[in-house]
Amino acid sequence: MSHNHALRIGPVSFRIRSDWAAPIDTLRRLYAGYPRPAGAFADATVRLEANRFWRRFIRPSVHIGGDWTIPDALPLPLAQGLLAAEMGMNLQVALGWRRHLLIHASAVERDGRAVMMIGASGSGKSTLAALLGEGNWRLLGDEFALLGLDDGMLAPFPRLVSLKNAAIAEVERRVPADRMGPLLKGTPKGDIRHLVPRADAVARMEEGARPALMLFPEFGAPAGVRGVGAAEAFVRLTESSTNYVALGEPGFAAMMNLVRSVPAVAIGYGSSEEGMAAVEALWAELAP
Amino acid sequence: MSAMRTLVAALRDPASVATLDRDAWTALVSVARAEALLATLAHRVEGQPVPPEVEPTLAAARRDAAQAQVAALWEAEMARRALAPLGIEPILLKGTAYAAAGLPNAAGRQIGDLDILVPRDRLDSVEAALLEAGWEWVKDDPYDQSYYRRWMHELPPLIHKTRDRMIDVHHTILPLTARVRPDAAAMINDAHALPLPQSFVNLYEPEDYPEVPADPSVVPPVAGCRVLGRFDIVHHCVAHLMADGELDGGLRNLWDFHYLVREMERRTNGKYVKDLLGDTGRHGLHHPFARTARLAHHLFGPLMYVRESLTLADRLFLRRLLARDDWGKPTRPLTRLAFTIRGHWMRMPPLMLARHLWTKWRKR
Repeated sequence: MSHNHALRIGPVSFRIRSDWAAPIDTLRRLYAGYPRPAGAFADATVRLEANRFWRRFIRPSVHIGGDWTIPDALPLPLAQGLLAAEMGMNLQVALGWRRHLLIHASAVERDGRAVMMIGASGSGKSTLAALLGEGNWRLLGDEFALLGLDDGMLAPFPRLVSLKNAAIAEVERRVPADRMGPLLKGTPKGDIRHLVPRADAVARMEEGARPALMLFPEFGAPAGVRGVGAAEAFVRLTESSTNYVALGEPGFAAMMNLVRSVPAVAIGYGSSEEGMAAVEALWAELAP
Repeated sequence: MSAMRTLVAALRDPASVATLDRDAWTALVSVARAEALLATLAHRVEGQPVPPEVEPTLAAARRDAAQAQVAALWEAEMARRALAPLGIEPILLKGTAYAAAGLPNAAGRQIGDLDILVPRDRLDSVEAALLEAGWEWVKDDPYDQSYYRRWMHELPPLIHKTRDRMIDVHHTILPLTARVRPDAAAMINDAHALPLPQSFVNLYEPEDYPEVPADPSVVPPVAGCRVLGRFDIVHHCVAHLMADGELDGGLRNLWDFHYLVREMERRTNGKYVKDLLGDTGRHGLHHPFARTARLAHHLFGPLMYVRESLTLADRLFLRRLLARDDWGKPTRPLTRLAFTIRGHWMRMPPLMLARHLWTKWRKR
């Protein structure tokens, strides 16, 4: 007996199959507002499966399979099935997507122009994007910025926002409970809770935005703003891209165009309020 | 029809995709990806009626494969530069060779590692030159290292520390312990220098069949490397498919064989195949060749000089080649296990196999 669901996030259509009902039920609830794949064609497949038949029932553990997988990835307990599904979907994009230049970044939009926030796990990029997306910004995505190879526009990829550890409390007091996923305790990345993006982020996910500012947030670093030159931005972006090398020349051209035309700054901040205020201040300076 | 059967049908007859609905396309794309055949399929069905939602996926696969070939040929050039001071021109094998020779199956052919063949008596200096040029061992384990060196047909895999690309350095065609022993020295002797004459893409003597010139846009300018001879390139494909064990990626290798042989058969009115068959005995590949041809004939369409009926063992090979469900998941674990055991069995005499499995098991 298997359970499955298909959904579309921005340009990517997924189909997800699971040996268990629970992860699919959770996906259906959290992704209820998302469209089905256009024309019912899914170009990415995720499989949540038991490695051995009896592991469906006895100490069930979820192995992440699909078109693209990481060899020797550790399975997750069934209680973290939603995380397995999310990791599986991310993996398909990170390893398989070639129709945009992928940058590991969060992004928000206002007036058709976007702020990209690029940083490693723990830099606060997801939290900042989630909080801004609850204010007068539209969330484009918390994980991948999809840069068009021909037009240099960001395609929204508003998947569920993955909040970790301290960020959970920060966000859950600002949004209604029905937009939050189950609290997943003790995952390999600590505590995780997913946030369903606001309805406008999902409703407008066909609508791209032009990058206007690149931000390299550093949570916990001394408060301040530092200009980032095109060369440094280029290196940091290539390190944050999973398909830059595979795309070859078009990827290089898109990346060069981005770092040459869009200003970049690094900000240090100690609290979400401080971070959000810094983004607003930079945006005001930038405004034409 | 299972998605694997749909994939076989689409490769055999691209027009067959006209009747597929979107669910069938979803499954087809997924299994083709799992078999490393998506870009091959994308080239094959180009010009057929493909649903608008599916086309971008196929177009991306074609672009991706083209870029991957550029990178693969660059990697070959890196190996050439590393070995040039030794006076050795590496012989390119498998995907890189198809691309470098501009053979018809190169379009969309996925290329993973760089495989090269060098003379066995030059192995030590080749190894030293590659290490000097920035390649590093993937397996540091002393047992694996000594196992490869004593018994295998290639060095333990190396990876380049900055480009992150693997190279497999072959010195013979099949493991030293294998029961079939193609004549590597003869193959090395008969290898062709790149760039090839335009007519090489016909895999046949130019004066006999000059009417199909190479498309200059697909023949890449790789100089200083070599590729195997007109028959050996197919022999190596057969050896690699049949005598190299587990049959992972088997469908793709079988497609390589079929498309090459079928295309050459067409271009030479069958003469190529006849001469190719006559050449298999030289390398002890008569039986592996016959089986490969029967399977290709059965799955992908008629080939000349091939017996039509499948043996019982052939049917097991088919079961293994098509062991994947519509979600891309490997199926038929017992058949797969049987082929894993077969692969080891062919590589090693029983006592050695027992010792190898025991060592591996203890190291789990």
